[in-house]
Amino acid sequence: MDTWINALPYLLEGLQITLYIFFIAIIIGFLIGLLMALLRLSPFKILNWIAKIFVDAIRGTPFIVQLFFIYFGLNSLDFISMDNTTAGIVTVAINAGAYFSEIIRAGIQSIDKGQTEAARSLGLNSTQNMRHIILPQAFRRMLPTFTNQAIISLKDTSLLSVIGVADLTQEGRIQASATFQAFEIYLLLGIIYFIVIYLLSMLASFVERKFVLR
Amino acid sequence: MTMIRVENLKKSFGDLEVIKDMSTVVEEKEVICVIGPSGSGKSTFLRCLNRLEEITDGHVYIEGVDITDPKNNINKIRQDVGMVFQQFNLFPHKTVMQNVTLAPMKLKNMDKAAVEKKAYELLDKVGLREKAKAYPGELSGGQKQRVAIARALAMDPKIMLFDEPTSALDPEMVGDVLDVMKELAREGMTMVVVTHEMGFAAEMGDRVLFIDGGYIVEENVPKELFGNPQHERTKAFLSKIL
Repeated sequence: MDTWINALPYLLEGLQITLYIFFIAIIIGFLIGLLMALLRLSPFKILNWIAKIFVDAIRGTPFIVQLFFIYFGLNSLDFISMDNTTAGIVTVAINAGAYFSEIIRAGIQSIDKGQTEAARSLGLNSTQNMRHIILPQAFRRMLPTFTNQAIISLKDTSLLSVIGVADLTQEGRIQASATFQAFEIYLLLGIIYFIVIYLLSMLASFVERKFVLR
Repeated sequence: MTMIRVENLKKSFGDLEVIKDMSTVVEEKEVICVIGPSGSGKSTFLRCLNRLEEITDGHVYIEGVDITDPKNNINKIRQDVGMVFQQFNLFPHKTVMQNVTLAPMKLKNMDKAAVEKKAYELLDKVGLREKAKAYPGELSGGQKQRVAIARALAMDPKIMLFDEPTSALDPEMVGDVLDVMKELAREGMTMVVVTHEMGFAAEMGDRVLFIDGGYIVEENVPKELFGNPQHERTKAFLSKIL
């Protein structure tokens, strides 16, 4: 118990970093996903291809390789310099963005064509149709899958400890080697992740109940 | 005044030629009913009138404006052409009131109070004022279709297109929807109605178009078309349904 009480302040500090990275990355990731989904569904072949290549490249490579490429690879170029936290946020955002784009695309395509026809017949242009009719319905429908991906991304942030980001996992590793109490520390680390993810799922199902049952 | 002029309209889906050659004219305040067997192209014909289907060849003029000319703003033209669909296509995430007010709020520079006042008048007209705050999922089919009519009317269209508006309804709901359409016709709305309701066509139609195989086979006043059809295909169709 003493081990836990002594380690907890450090771990909570790490948790703050983890949540900070997670929230920024998930917001940027969502915007990337939305942009890529719209490119993918646009009538222009070139834009479709750009989005498809992006999504395939991210889905076809491991997260840790993407992280090393962005942190070590891009940083070795003269004109780019990122600290490890920034590189971590960028990697999580791009990675989540690729998966989000597929979720959003499927969500948009699942909305009945009659909705677009009704909106267009009233005189709404395609942007107004997307904004007021299609996306609000698609987002409600994609919320469960969206939560899933957010949870995966939250867990992915633990890999940022590999490049030295002082996140929850990194703090845990430091505490484990400082105290030689690996069992207790990693158990506590797991419990903290579990609680955060559990709260996140509860928040998501609350939002779902509020908006989806329409 | 001529509201709709269709000149040598052709529409293909890939290799399938659905509309081979159609021409007709709809004058102001006319109610045109379009009948014909399923797959004859009557819905496609209607959907070409506001370019929900891209037109393969020929011209469609709405109030003299060629909607096949890409230089003309189709979104602007559509504001004058209301459409009611077989499957209602109400926006399920919006209340009845929001369904009716969305387009005028976004497209006309009217303030919210004025748009809502108008919306209540329209909901009165279709007998659904008390459903203003309900969501489409809470309505019956007949109620949904009446909301859809109110939604289309909210843009103050000069022409209303109806695509089999009663085909997806339970029989006891059909009457309410037809009553609303009849009132609209009596008020002088220019209407094109694709329908299987021969009673409505006979009572309200100024002219009836019989469509088959991608052509307008016959068009006449209802009395003549139903009482004295000239073409074999019209006779065959009518003998099956009457």
